[in-house]
Amino acid sequence: MRRCGAGELLRYPRSPLDRQNAPHLSLGFAMRFILPALLINIVIILIPALLTVAMAFVDWDGVSTPVWVGFENFRTIFADPVFFSALLNNIKWTLIFLTVPMVMGLAAALMLLVVRRGRNFFQIVYFLPVIIATVAVARVWQGMIYNPESGLVGWLKLHGIVLTDPLARPTTSLYAVATVDLWHWWGFLAVIFFAALRQVDSAQIDSALLDGASLLQLMRYVLIPAIRPTVTLMMIMTVIWSFLAFDFVYVLTQGGPAYSSEVLSTLSYRYAFYNYTIGPAAAVALVISFFGLIATFFYVRIQQRGGD
Amino acid sequence: MNQTLGRGTILFSYVILAIGAIFALFPLALVVISALKTSAEIVANPLTLPNSPQWINFSRAWTDAQLARSLLNSTEVTALTVVLICVTCSMAAYALARNTGGAWRWLSAYLLATTTLPIQLYLFPLYFGFARLGLIDNVFALSFVYTAIFSPFSIFLLRTYFLAIPREVEEAAVLDGATRWGVFYKITLPLVSPGILTVAIISGLNTWNEFLISSTFLQSHDQQTAVVRFYTLGGQYSSDWGEIMAAAIIIVAPCLVFFLLMQRRFIEGMAGGSVKG
Repeated sequence: MRRCGAGELLRYPRSPLDRQNAPHLSLGFAMRFILPALLINIVIILIPALLTVAMAFVDWDGVSTPVWVGFENFRTIFADPVFFSALLNNIKWTLIFLTVPMVMGLAAALMLLVVRRGRNFFQIVYFLPVIIATVAVARVWQGMIYNPESGLVGWLKLHGIVLTDPLARPTTSLYAVATVDLWHWWGFLAVIFFAALRQVDSAQIDSALLDGASLLQLMRYVLIPAIRPTVTLMMIMTVIWSFLAFDFVYVLTQGGPAYSSEVLSTLSYRYAFYNYTIGPAAAVALVISFFGLIATFFYVRIQQRGGD
Repeated sequence: MNQTLGRGTILFSYVILAIGAIFALFPLALVVISALKTSAEIVANPLTLPNSPQWINFSRAWTDAQLARSLLNSTEVTALTVVLICVTCSMAAYALARNTGGAWRWLSAYLLATTTLPIQLYLFPLYFGFARLGLIDNVFALSFVYTAIFSPFSIFLLRTYFLAIPREVEEAAVLDGATRWGVFYKITLPLVSPGILTVAIISGLNTWNEFLISSTFLQSHDQQTAVVRFYTLGGQYSSDWGEIMAAAIIIVAPCLVFFLLMQRRFIEGMAGGSVKG
């Protein structure tokens, strides 16, 4: 059975069969149907987004009258060393999430394909962390894993292995936060990759195995090429989401200690709601959007092309 | 392929899958045992089972964090958002499924692009705009924000359901004298109800769990959602982790029950937009 996939989300009628579903709503009628959703989108997203673009060029504290300052806000953020360390952290974050959870997700999906019993059980277990609120996940890891008194780190201390809280050390804070997000996220990839692998022609798999292919070879030469569209889409989404990463950093470290885990989104939030400097906050938001836009270009293209 | 593989390979696969399951479940198991322990017990040894279950952690979490009120707020926001999304997105998805070409393609691309924008790109003007209009702490206004953010995904998912309905079904109804609206409301909509249920579940889960927007727009103590109230419950070290874990269980429980009841729909809904082939 074919699942409804992103490829179909935007595919426009091509085959004669599809054409049966071709336009038969009058334009005015269709406009009225899309209007409520579109209006909400424009008021909540488009207009404020355009205002943010304008705010990037003014000096404003949220209360007084905004003053036009040209590119001053961009000069401010480019002069702020935290901006570059935050950008670097976003890039590290992207690289981590393009590799570790991808490999974990693909490995788990392959193993789910191999076994027959318990597939459903393992899928449910892997998916559990995905449905838990990020704030709850963050607190659980903070208190039960990283905490040097109440957590796993504390338990290790009882057994002679003394570690400091990984969230509290500048050298490890970013990776400690990323680990939490990884735990929350990888099961989603496992389930998606498994759904994709199940669509691969089983005759193709069997003939490869009969020819003596190992699991690794099967993965590399048959399965991954077969699910490449899904993998590509997930990689593009990973890039987009990596630049949007906010919740876990904000709840676990607030970007600290000493800005060591600061990412662009938390920096933007800090400029706006801690320093009341809306201009630089908007400028950082534009920088995030710029990186997002590049990935979005590929995302929209791949979605509209419908795969391959 | 299962016949072609040796026993060793299958055993190896189970070992890997079990390691994954332990990785996923270990922190959750700690939550459950810690929620039933006293702080002293947790600090003495985080990994032991409770001596005697401290159910009082749950009642303390309930009263200390005033969870009753915040759970009610969360329910309100989630219900409003789900209704708004189901109504506006099923209509929009219908229009996008029944129209093709130029402008509609651009409209789709625009909606798709908005899902990838950082929240910070529209959060600040939205916040100051809402503040000026007195819409901070307004649950109804917040649900419109969520509707805007979650609707593109919902629209594209629902669109695939509408595309699967043959045109003949609608034409027959038109010949029988039904109006356009009547056809949509009485014929087409019931046919896509599984899609609407999926969208309701996914957007409901996302709304219930959302933190950044909710903490920005609902600030007064009485209006906070459960997730935000939970966030304010504990700091880094000076915390009663037994109580915090009990509170975590309380706010996650509704999602968990829903998930276990309808896991297939959850997984297919979330994977639906992502599996290509």
